This record gives sequence, C-alpha cells and structure tokens, in this order.
Amino acid sequence: MSISGEDPLERVGKIDFGGILKQANLAYVPEAKVGDYVIVHVGFAISRLDEDEAQKVFEYLKQMEDLSELKEGGP
Amino acid sequence: MKFLDEYRDAEFARQLAREIHRVTTKPWSIMEVCGGQTHAIVKFGLDELLPKQINLIHGPGCPVCVTAVELIDKALEIAARPNVIFCSFGDMLRVPGSTTDLLSVKASGGDVRIVYSPLDTLKLAEQNPTKEIVFFGVGFETTAPATAMTVYQAAKKNLKNFSLLVSHVLVPPAMEALMSSPNCRVQGFLAAGHVCTVMGFEEYFPIAKKYHVPIVVTGFEPMDILQGVLMVVQQLESGRAEVENQYSRSVRREGNLPAQQLIREVFQIVPRKWRGVGEIPQSGLGLSEAYMAFDAEKKFGVAELRVEEPSECLSGLVLQGQIKPHECPAFGTKCTPEHPLGATMVSSEGACAAYYRYRRHELVEDAADKKS
Repeated sequence: MSISGEDPLERVGKIDFGGILKQANLAYVPEAKVGDYVIVHVGFAISRLDEDEAQKVFEYLKQMEDLSELKEGGP
Repeated sequence: MKFLDEYRDAEFARQLAREIHRVTTKPWSIMEVCGGQTHAIVKFGLDELLPKQINLIHGPGCPVCVTAVELIDKALEIAARPNVIFCSFGDMLRVPGSTTDLLSVKASGGDVRIVYSPLDTLKLAEQNPTKEIVFFGVGFETTAPATAMTVYQAAKKNLKNFSLLVSHVLVPPAMEALMSSPNCRVQGFLAAGHVCTVMGFEEYFPIAKKYHVPIVVTGFEPMDILQGVLMVVQQLESGRAEVENQYSRSVRREGNLPAQQLIREVFQIVPRKWRGVGEIPQSGLGLSEAYMAFDAEKKFGVAELRVEEPSECLSGLVLQGQIKPHECPAFGTKCTPEHPLGATMVSSEGACAAYYRYRRHELVEDAADKKS
C-alpha cells in the first residue's frame, strides 16, 4: 500500500492482508515496490511473489485438460 | 484474495487429484516436512483425495514442537525472575516444561508477554530501561531472519537490557537424521516452502542424491500440496530422485540472499537437542561470538541446566512420522490442547493439534465402530 523509512534496514511497508492493514519490515525485499504481493512472516516480508511463476500451475492444468480432450476426441 | 483463493479452487484440486490417481501404481510414503502443510492437509482433507497407496507422513516441521524441554525449563526459570519481561510467540505459552508452563508463570505474577514480531521487543527494551527484556527466539530458517535483525538492531542501538534465549533449528540436518534412522519409512519429501524462501534449495541436492529420495519444494495451499505430491509420485514412479521446486512463485534456487547474510552475521551453526528426537549435530543456530553478549542463557546463568524428557508423551514418534497422532494412547484423553502433554498438541503447526481440531469426531466414531 505504501512504503516509508530511509534506512534500508528499517524500511517499512503498509500491507493489505485481504482488508486488514498491517506494517511489515521490508529489509529483506529491497526490490519490493507499492502494488507488489509479499509473504510476511513475524513482521518481516521474506519474499516478493512472482506473477509469472504463479501462473504455471494453471497453465499445466490447462494443458492436461487439452490433452485429455484430445484423447477422448481421438479416433 | 489474490494468490490465495485460486489455490483453493475445488475443481482444480480435483483435477490434480485425478492426475495423482492416474500416475500412482505402487504404494508410496511421502513426508510433508512443515507443520503448516500438515494443517492444510488435515483441514482441507487433502489426504482423502489421494489414492489409498499414498501415505502422507507428518514431519517435524513445527519449531515449537521440537523445542527441547530443557530449553522450556530455562525459559520458565528466566521468566519467573522479578526484573524480567519475558517475550514469546503465543504458541509457546502452553507448552509444558518439566513441571509447569509459561502461562502458569504469568498467572503467578511473572511478566510474560506475547509479541507478534521480535522487533516489538526492542521497543519494550527502550521503554523499560530498568527492566531486562528477554525474547524466546524459536523457529526454523523462516523466522531466523527476523530474530537476526532484532539482535543486529539491538547491537546497533546499544541496548544492554535486551537478550535472546535462542532455540533456532535447521531443517535439512533433521531430514538427514530422519533418513539415516533404521526405522525410516520416508520415500519422498515435500520440502517446506517458506524455509526454502529464505534459504533456497541448494542444500537439498546432496540429500536427494545420498538417500536417493525425491525432494519437491512445496507451498501451503491445497493446490500447492496436491501438485507437490503429484511431482513426488511422478519421480518415484519413474525411479528419479531429484530436487524440484513447486513453490516457484516464492522460492528462488539461491533463496533470499540479504536474509541469509544477516543470519550468518548474527548466528553460528551449533548442535541442538530436538524434543522427543534427541541431539542432532549442526541442526541449530546459536549466537555468534560477536553477539554473545545478548545470550540470555549466559546472562541469567541457566546454561548448565539439564532435564530429562518425560516419557508419557509420544511426540517424538509423531515428529518422526512413526505413528499418527491418534495412535498415541493419550490422544484426546490425557492430552488435549487445554491440558497438553507435549508441544505437538499445542502449536498451531503441531500434528496432534491438527488431528484434534479437524479429525477428532471422525476418529472417535471410527473407534466406536471398531468396538461394536
């Protein structure tokens, strides 16, 4: 939501957890910017989620579905 | 919420389960390492979607559960002292030591406080300069960066009234210890996604090779776990033993480098006792020489305390996957979350607590069916 703090070790982000706002330390995700999704553990963001990687399982399922349709529809 | 709801989609989950059924031809035992995964499996009933041949073994990945009784007793002794504010994560308060627990110490006048983040303890230290603030640093590699940052900032702020009772543990040495045990039934691992978010997964390549065991870094949502199981089964069925990453939206191969750097700065690797399991070499983090002044065990003179583990609780066998929680005679009778015999019944990541919370009624009915 927003980021504040000058010292990179004390950079703090205001984070929206599905409606609940909480602050988290961003020292371990220096690349994080407003709008990113992060994983927060005991008050620290430990990872910025990768959108492309997040789609992979759905692409895999789609492929599986296409494959089974192909088999069913085959000669 | 994005990155959450879509991973709980029932139709996608069923599709993955069908694929697992399709590829499974033999019985396999797979361990999910992390207690967070155990809870998701039991809560969403994921094990019931799997073929009968697939046995999920619940692993030791609950830091509260594996904290040795000895260390709890040290915590109890420090927390009972008059000038101390003892801070801990909430899970730890009901965990029984040899005679009592932190909640009872609090009830009899000890200043025991629950914190959300270890950083909160630094504020307490600044606000209470005449008190000693002690933080009970419990956790796996996931929590270590938070504890490390707290100690690092305490040093930077020159806080003399802050100290740390360290109980940090490391996952890969525990996996090795499990694999070396003669009773080991584990044939594949779902590695803990958030531990790997911090540490990466380089450490697992030698383990996969040495024990010829597939290791798939896996997340915590229903679809993550089902996909992780599918990837392990595909490997087992084709005789492979590789390290794969299911949780790639969060985990990079090298992990979180700034976090690892601070862990190395503040901590050193030490041997550590695991509750119900015993000492595992190189399986813990202790303060490094440069930060030894923050060691609560030394500050309060409890380093020499030695305690025997109680025998009634079978959590050691549960943590090693040798029995399921409800196979313990004390489960649900002598041992409940209100009156736990062991930590696995207390923690939100403990396997016994998961079975008690989500499965108790079914288990009671099963037992009644067998009797009648």
